[in-house]
Amino acid sequence: MAGQIRIRAKLEGDVAEVKALMRHPMETGQRKDSAGNKIPAHFITQVIAKMGDKVVLESQWGAAVSQNPFLSFRVKGAKAGDTITVEWLDNKGETDSGEAVVK
Amino acid sequence: MIIKRLPKLKVIGLCLGLFGVNSAIAQDDPFAEYRAMMGDDNPAIFVSEEGADLWQAPNGPKQASFEQCDLGLGPGIVEGAYAQLPRYFADTQQVMDLESRLFYCMETLQGRSPEEARKKPYSSTGDMGTEIEALVTYIAEQSTGMPIALPQQHPLEIAAYEQGKSLFYYRAGPHDFSCATCHRQSDKRIRLQNLPNLTTNEGAGAAYSSWPAYRISQGLVRTMGWRMQSCGRQQRLPELQPGSEAVISLMTFMGVNAKGTEMAAPGLKR
Amino acid sequence: MKNAYFKLAVPLLISIALAACAKSPEPNSANKSNEPKSAEQIWRSSMKAKNHVGLDRITQTELQKACSNNSDIVANEAQRAVLQQQAMNSVAFPADGNYLGDWQRGEAIAGDGKGLQWNDNPNEPNGGNCYACHELSPKEVAYGTIGPSLKNYGMRGQSEAMLQYTWAKIWNPNAYTLCSHMPRFGDAGILTEQQLKDVMAYLLDPASPVNK
Repeated sequence: MAGQIRIRAKLEGDVAEVKALMRHPMETGQRKDSAGNKIPAHFITQVIAKMGDKVVLESQWGAAVSQNPFLSFRVKGAKAGDTITVEWLDNKGETDSGEAVVK
Repeated sequence: MIIKRLPKLKVIGLCLGLFGVNSAIAQDDPFAEYRAMMGDDNPAIFVSEEGADLWQAPNGPKQASFEQCDLGLGPGIVEGAYAQLPRYFADTQQVMDLESRLFYCMETLQGRSPEEARKKPYSSTGDMGTEIEALVTYIAEQSTGMPIALPQQHPLEIAAYEQGKSLFYYRAGPHDFSCATCHRQSDKRIRLQNLPNLTTNEGAGAAYSSWPAYRISQGLVRTMGWRMQSCGRQQRLPELQPGSEAVISLMTFMGVNAKGTEMAAPGLKR
Repeated sequence: MKNAYFKLAVPLLISIALAACAKSPEPNSANKSNEPKSAEQIWRSSMKAKNHVGLDRITQTELQKACSNNSDIVANEAQRAVLQQQAMNSVAFPADGNYLGDWQRGEAIAGDGKGLQWNDNPNEPNGGNCYACHELSPKEVAYGTIGPSLKNYGMRGQSEAMLQYTWAKIWNPNAYTLCSHMPRFGDAGILTEQQLKDVMAYLLDPASPVNK
């Protein structure tokens, strides 16, 4: 599942507007498949965004977030060429990350 | 350097659970509220970027890109093309929509077989998106803000409109449904889903201008061709083929009815 | 024409006529590309059979043909009367004379939109999908508005006339409203007799949430 985060970071003044799309089923654990069996919970629990090495966003997520989550946030103090990294960790211990250069 | 997290943090889906709970909100199209909250944020931006790459990338036995593909405004001209499709093409002597035209360019420019070109235009559940979906998203985005203006000059363009109209009212299948069953009246809905009246400028405009769209419930961009295929399925009819004459005629009927509405694709839908 | 030529001329003429017949599709088909194709021809060339749904579904019944217009009115008055009578004659009332089944099963049928689509399992029972178009129980807010509200339908009572009318309306709505937008749930075999009874109970049973 690695490498499936798409990120765009656009600079406006000294603020970078970051948009990220993550690929994840985000199963709540409440749904059943067509055979009536419960689909096990599988969702992102933690999302961390960094600019360079510095953590700029840390959030705890749960099953209420939709599949393929779309995240948008702004970082002040950014400049062109900075690297933005977004990574997630899910309840199965899987992770993924992606990065983009601020333009 | 001061790094500060601004309070503008949005996650799609956080509020999806609210839908269908309150009938008062349902009356006022809860999704409009949701869209307003999302502002310019639409995951389709990434699909569009992918489409732009695919447009320029060499592909097929002839290792050609789409950059010589004529979408009606001249080879390689993408800007404004979507708002004027379907239209008549002299090289094929047919009225074509975007998807049939892309198949044509895959075959003629890139040398791909008709089977390969049409192999999988639409994603299945859980897929990551298809070449056609990405290309259509990119091309439609190059018409954003432009008025829908399908040409009605060539006799075949006029014939396509008339054919589309007769297909629209054609009742068939075990449920006796036609397109008109759901899409000829204004201010009606199925369950909580508002139905556009495709015979009016307002309804056809709202529908035509908003496809392709990112469907949040599916995590994918869907095209208007896909939506029509789903309509055919819900009519209990067999599988409507992408880029087929029925699709092209129905799109012409809708698009001509939608005349003047500004394109707003890629949209954001339930 | 001289008699001497006549005997020869007849077979010749016949063979020329045959040749003309054999050749005729060519110039005709060239003309046909400018001739409008029928809606049925276009649907057929634009669809493929999928799973259990075949191209035969495109073929229209007489009723579907007559109602395929932008007015939902059968243009020919004589045909209108015939079609309406046919619709009325199509209704098969329950053999045991018992119209009312189980409203709880009826509720499930009213909310179920599956059935007869190419992605539906043909071995599972079809749904009625009443809620797609009708308001029924006031507790269910996700209802459509193509059809009228049926909230409190049961206040009309359970007279024989009421039972027959409701049954016939669901079996084939064209018996009362020609070119109705509602499917012929009985006539087209969408729901079974038992399912129809259950839906009847959902509408008419005083204990049903529709009437609460």
